[in-house]
Amino acid sequence: MDIFLQQLINGLVLGSVYALVALGYTMVYGILELINFAHGEITMMGAMVALSVIGALALAAPGLPGVLVLASGLVVAIPVCVALGLLIERVAYRPLRHAPRLAPLITAIGVSIILQNVAMLIWGKQYIPFPAILPQGRHTLYGASITDVQIAILLLATGIMLLLILMVQKTRLGRAMRATAQSRQVASLMGVDVNRVIAATFAIGSALAAVAGVMVSAYYGLAHYYMGFLLGLKAFSAAVLGGIGNLGGAMLGGLLLGLIESFGAGYIGDLTGGFLGSNYQDVFAFFVLIAVLVFRPSGLLGARVVERA
Amino acid sequence: MSSALRLNKTRSRWLTFGLLALGLALLPFLVDAGLGRSWVRLLDLALLYVMLALGLNIVVGYAGLLDLGYVAFYALGAYVYAWLSSPHFGLHLPFWAVLPLGAALAALFGVLLGAPTLRLRGDYLAIVTLGFGEIIRIFLNNLNAPVNITNGPQGINLIDPVRLGSFDLSQSHQLFGLTFTGIHLTYYLFLLFTLMVIFISMRLEDSRIGRAWVAIREDEIAAAATGINTRNLKLLAFAMGATFGGLAGGLFASFQGFISPESFNLMESIMILCMIVLGGMGHIPGVIFGAVVLTLLPEALRYTGDWQRNLFGHVYIDPADLRMLLFGVALVAVMLYRPAGLLPSTRRRREFADAQG
Repeated sequence: MDIFLQQLINGLVLGSVYALVALGYTMVYGILELINFAHGEITMMGAMVALSVIGALALAAPGLPGVLVLASGLVVAIPVCVALGLLIERVAYRPLRHAPRLAPLITAIGVSIILQNVAMLIWGKQYIPFPAILPQGRHTLYGASITDVQIAILLLATGIMLLLILMVQKTRLGRAMRATAQSRQVASLMGVDVNRVIAATFAIGSALAAVAGVMVSAYYGLAHYYMGFLLGLKAFSAAVLGGIGNLGGAMLGGLLLGLIESFGAGYIGDLTGGFLGSNYQDVFAFFVLIAVLVFRPSGLLGARVVERA
Repeated sequence: MSSALRLNKTRSRWLTFGLLALGLALLPFLVDAGLGRSWVRLLDLALLYVMLALGLNIVVGYAGLLDLGYVAFYALGAYVYAWLSSPHFGLHLPFWAVLPLGAALAALFGVLLGAPTLRLRGDYLAIVTLGFGEIIRIFLNNLNAPVNITNGPQGINLIDPVRLGSFDLSQSHQLFGLTFTGIHLTYYLFLLFTLMVIFISMRLEDSRIGRAWVAIREDEIAAAATGINTRNLKLLAFAMGATFGGLAGGLFASFQGFISPESFNLMESIMILCMIVLGGMGHIPGVIFGAVVLTLLPEALRYTGDWQRNLFGHVYIDPADLRMLLFGVALVAVMLYRPAGLLPSTRRRREFADAQG
């Protein structure tokens, strides 16, 4: 029971981070039908920038409370990522909005290679440790343990997602976003400034990515210029699992992928009689992904698109 | 008059062919003399990538099925070659028996991947194929226990080179008073296979099957309505693409003498896709051009160290670190200025012009 609960906690924490990144993929996809391959790298950039600020602050003012240092890291990382997201959209995607579908995919891959290598030139190839500024509290819950960092990630991620849903459902910008997602042309005929809505979508997604990047580096205790690739891949898989273009789907998909991974790692050995070890956890995750898509080709919550006649 | 003209035309065509053949035959020696031996090796690799790109072009370019796990077939071909022709299992079958087996196994897996994914479209298909590629790679990485099948991350070593009787392709030979080293001979072998793949691709493009693929790419429902068996043709596209991938994999294994799962990661699939899109999807000369350019570009960018020294008198950034950055910039720049690719087919150029207007 305690192992089960432990995997549940780990899975939920990991899953809520995946969900935050997946939201960025799904919002852009919903509006532009574009896989923003560089999104994982924006997450990485968020983590790197925040870590630099946190490291510098921890050195300069050692007496500062950890939460304040972390917050200042976020305060710098979020605008940097938003600016990056806007720049990428303006330079690499907007000129190709009417190009063949794979052209923006290639620029996205190009941008992602550029960001990785810029990060490598700035921060080097080594792993950057997360300074020990955060409270290291550990609580025991029915035989499973949960750290302060994990609790903070869960609460923060939940709060952000609720805010995002509120924003999309209740505000003017949210309504414009939903209209643009349904039909860009009709939305612009109704007076929606489509370019601004798309830019806003990139800005919001990048801000979420920055927060998620900081969470991941705080959770694992390190950051690396290559961390965005796998994280982005998993978050994108999560978005597809939930039904890409659907906000609720991205959240559900993220949480599910986190749970599948942590339960897969915990139980795959028992399930296969010890034949497959925990190094197959990714195989397990991809098998579930493929199985879901085979039976529900547009994801768990994805709208069933009526095929045009 | 007109018959003389036609005769003239055929003659000039043969002349072009002859010059092209002569150029391709002399290329490794010219490159060896001009740029050095390491560039001949790169030529061999470029030919491999031309085969891979043309294989993926069948799936993505003709049939319009976005496949991000193509490297899995390359891996299967390479591992089949390594299993049947290395000390790993103590088997040393000749290459002409092993290569078709690898290609056939890859084709089988192509169908296995295609069958459950027939209903998926666009990006959903992309993510499933990506997952498939990763699954194959993770299995290759971990199948060294309990039974050692793939030797895990260490990979398989001492793979036999291509041998015809007692003629070992990896050794130097004296022929016609010229010294042919292993990489020169490999070039000719790869060139032979590449020409075969190009020929098949060309014949497929204009065939009933090729036109049916294009119809599926443009509108699957309309294609089905005109009586095209979309299921079989999509499976055929996966199988054909995988066959070329498996063939290239076998050749790669024999060429390197060593393979490990590291060579078959997702980035490799993405690279091959970039070659197609950058060159001009669905257009054979474009795809060949894209494959050659993207294979040679990262190597050419190693010279940025010299440029820096000439410009600033000092090397500020290690060229090894800089070249991938410039590679990314090149990908973005080419797509921004030529969204349909460097050498697009006339059809695509027209489509793009329509979309713009």
